[in-house]
Amino acid sequence: MSWEPVIGLEIHVQLKTQTKMFCSCELSFGDPPNTHTCPVCLGLPGSLPVANEAAIRFGLKIGLGLGCELAPRSIFHRKNYFYPDLPKGYQISQYDEPLCRGGRLGDVRIHRVHLEDDAAKLVHVGASGRIHGADSSVVDFNRGGTPLVEIVTEPDIRSAERAREWLILLRETMRQLEVSDVNMEEGSLRCDANVSVRRAGESELGTKTELKNMNSFRFVERGIKAEVARQVALLEAGQPVVQETLHFDPQSGSLTSLRSKEEAHDYRYFPEPDLVPVAVTPEMVEAVRAELPELPAERAARYETELALSADSARALAFRPELGRYFEAVLERADGAPAQTVANWVAGELATRLGDADPAQSKVAPDALARLVAMVGEKAVTAGAARQVLDRLVADGGDPAAIVEAEGLGAVGGGDELAGAVRAAIEANPDAAEKVRGGKAQAIGPIIGHVMRETRGAADAGEVTRLVREQLGV
Amino acid sequence: MIDRAEVLHVARLARLELSEGEVDRMASELSAVLDHIETISELELDGVAPTSHVVEVGSALRADEPRPSLPREEALASAPAVAADGFEVPSPGA
Repeated sequence: MSWEPVIGLEIHVQLKTQTKMFCSCELSFGDPPNTHTCPVCLGLPGSLPVANEAAIRFGLKIGLGLGCELAPRSIFHRKNYFYPDLPKGYQISQYDEPLCRGGRLGDVRIHRVHLEDDAAKLVHVGASGRIHGADSSVVDFNRGGTPLVEIVTEPDIRSAERAREWLILLRETMRQLEVSDVNMEEGSLRCDANVSVRRAGESELGTKTELKNMNSFRFVERGIKAEVARQVALLEAGQPVVQETLHFDPQSGSLTSLRSKEEAHDYRYFPEPDLVPVAVTPEMVEAVRAELPELPAERAARYETELALSADSARALAFRPELGRYFEAVLERADGAPAQTVANWVAGELATRLGDADPAQSKVAPDALARLVAMVGEKAVTAGAARQVLDRLVADGGDPAAIVEAEGLGAVGGGDELAGAVRAAIEANPDAAEKVRGGKAQAIGPIIGHVMRETRGAADAGEVTRLVREQLGV
Repeated sequence: MIDRAEVLHVARLARLELSEGEVDRMASELSAVLDHIETISELELDGVAPTSHVVEVGSALRADEPRPSLPREEALASAPAVAADGFEVPSPGA
């Protein structure tokens, strides 16, 4: 009997505003500790928070980007708990009236999106240098009060790999919305996962656990995998899964319980009396909507449906907008070449040669690549020779036809020239030729390889195979 | 009614240490507060949104413009102890 994992994600995204969520301290990363604080973000008595306009705007932008319903009125709540990184004794978050509800990104539904302020950074010092067994801790309040958006998905994800892939889609979406640096190593993108398993075909959800603080895409995948395996083992041994919060240690691959559920979830939310409700006007929404770029999920869907690209190509081009734009420029000039072929050249051959660089800044003009693709289509050059031409275009730019001419890379057509090369190859490989004649079809490889070498890849492999067979009489 | 167990639970969440006598007193006083609030339920409140704020003004938002923060010495002046330019506190896991 197989088990089906059911996974939902909670993602925290640090917004790249200039200032904090509720005070005018400048955001900083890597500045000396406690140099960006004020009475508000230190939680000093008598200080009053005021919400940052840009943070609300970024929240709306994320909501629109994820297809959420934007609340015309939302309010902040106090989420009460004690921890040294939280000077007020509560986090200002949103509870039953969040900024955005519903929505979808790719094949995963969004439950809600809300705003809150980040905790400070707690550095543990002491014997082991780790949470457990440390003697004392040092608090740096620079990060405290940074605007955060929390995105909660529905439990629509069915494997650890898909969780990782979807998270990458979310990161690209946030990046293209220009609302966050979304860097997991620096903590501007953080992911918790709610994980449960159930028998395949079952519709009811099993007991879930919450996996905290997996700080890379790889750890998200590994952590979820480990937790799914742990739950399956428990259930197969007839033991129940206990609802709890777990910490994944990537070094050992182990999962440890963080705190007892009883206290952890008793946050005694109540409306934040120091902040007035957020009233979102149609004008605010329209202003944000006007700034929205075409997002990766939309662009990938457009490539798949309108251009019939493979899902992989569509993703590769959509996740890097500069690659997508370049692809469209080449396609426009490619004079009827199949979109998938152009996509292969841009997302495959060209992107491999350029790495992270923007192709628009490279020496390869969209026109030149379009002509090269057309030449391959007309069999004026073979794909292998065209790759060599592309090497030259990447290095020096120029016109592909001129490079083919200068380098003698033009396709060796049918005719006598190629037939001669095939004859020579058969003479040079008498053993292989004998085997092919004797019925061993796969022995043809060395002969074809010989021809391709002699013609420096300029011969069409299909045509060579046909000629070899013809001359050997098989 | 709020019983002793509930008082002790809330006291622990609020990090309050109560004497035996205080636990009993809180149980009866908090129950009285809740009873008082209960009287609201005698009203016909279907379709009335909860009042989260007494003033219903539109968003009072702040422009996203940095202003000077406190000098570090001033920020750290109220720290129980200082180490590595930060607020030194007992480790929460200890």
